[in-house]
Amino acid sequence: MRKSYGDPIAEDLRFVVKSVVGEENFIDMVPNRSNNYCCGGGGGFLQSGYKDQRLAYGKLKDDQIKATGADYCIAGCHNCHAQIHELSEHYGGHYPVVHLWTLICLSLGVLGPREREYLGDDLKEVNVFHPEME
Amino acid sequence: MAEEAIKLGGKKKSIFMDKVKELLPEGGNLNLCLTCGACSSGCPATGLEGMDPRKFLRMAALGMDEEIMSTPWVWMCTMCQRCIYVCPMKIDIPQLVYNARASWPRDQRPKGILGSCDMALRNESRSAMGTSPEDFSFVVGDVLEEYREAQPEFAEMEAPIDKEGAEFFLNQNSREPVTEPDEMVPLWKILHLAGVNWTYGSKGWGGENYCMFLADNDAWETLARTTINQADALGCKTYLNTE
Repeated sequence: MRKSYGDPIAEDLRFVVKSVVGEENFIDMVPNRSNNYCCGGGGGFLQSGYKDQRLAYGKLKDDQIKATGADYCIAGCHNCHAQIHELSEHYGGHYPVVHLWTLICLSLGVLGPREREYLGDDLKEVNVFHPEME
Repeated sequence: MAEEAIKLGGKKKSIFMDKVKELLPEGGNLNLCLTCGACSSGCPATGLEGMDPRKFLRMAALGMDEEIMSTPWVWMCTMCQRCIYVCPMKIDIPQLVYNARASWPRDQRPKGILGSCDMALRNESRSAMGTSPEDFSFVVGDVLEEYREAQPEFAEMEAPIDKEGAEFFLNQNSREPVTEPDEMVPLWKILHLAGVNWTYGSKGWGGENYCMFLADNDAWETLARTTINQADALGCKTYLNTE
């Protein structure tokens, strides 16, 4: 988020995330804001064919995420989501990686059964909107 | 760190860095390096291909154009700009990387990035998956109809394409309509509940721009202009980029 829009917009997103998950459930990674590291999904890296190097690049991000001890990682865009999701599998952390829209709709009670692909088992069955749709 | 000292061959021949300097405001500060290494110490690409941002810049400054323009490292730097942020002299190393990418013969650049750019040039969706405007329109309409029926609370929800005068022009990563269409729905719901007046474009709805990553300036501009022109033609006030 910091890359394209800068820290003030990132603060707005922190407000959204805290409102959705509860202030006490939000853990910032370290370093954060403009000192944070790119996950390695950007700049075309995902499609470049240099997979080993891309995963090596992402090790730093995976370590950062694990160090928070958080149960979930929220990704800001599709590109980051794809990369961090792969890091979670590759380095064995197996933490779920979700889009922000998923958590917003879950907190609003309007997340249906087919909109939960990236939720972990702990939330998969929680407050399902129109469960008969499955 | 390199195992051996780098040997310089004769006199300085730094044509590449001089060219990039001409392109950038303040020459990208490319000749202001203090060699402190703040860039490299916080760069996740440090060490890949035996390269790091400081080394890359120093090699460019020393005129090692051949090495600079041939190292695959330029495809492993994501141009995230953290190095500029931490640099006391605000040196634009990512632009040096970008222009090194652009110096590669187009057909020798990474096939995946090249293919995604060429897909986007196929039609006016500008989708890296080559999805046509018709297919996009069909999927959006189909998914919307299903959700309106199955979740009656959202019977009035919209997912308009080419809605004139919408406040917001929204783009869409093309993997969602193609491979996981249900993932488009939560965002539609949020926009609906917030009462937002928004639209997709039949042209330029694809949110990703692999031509930019390919460092193909003309194609990058083609993609960007398609989507911006569509937003303008519809009279949209704000462009919402989801990528």
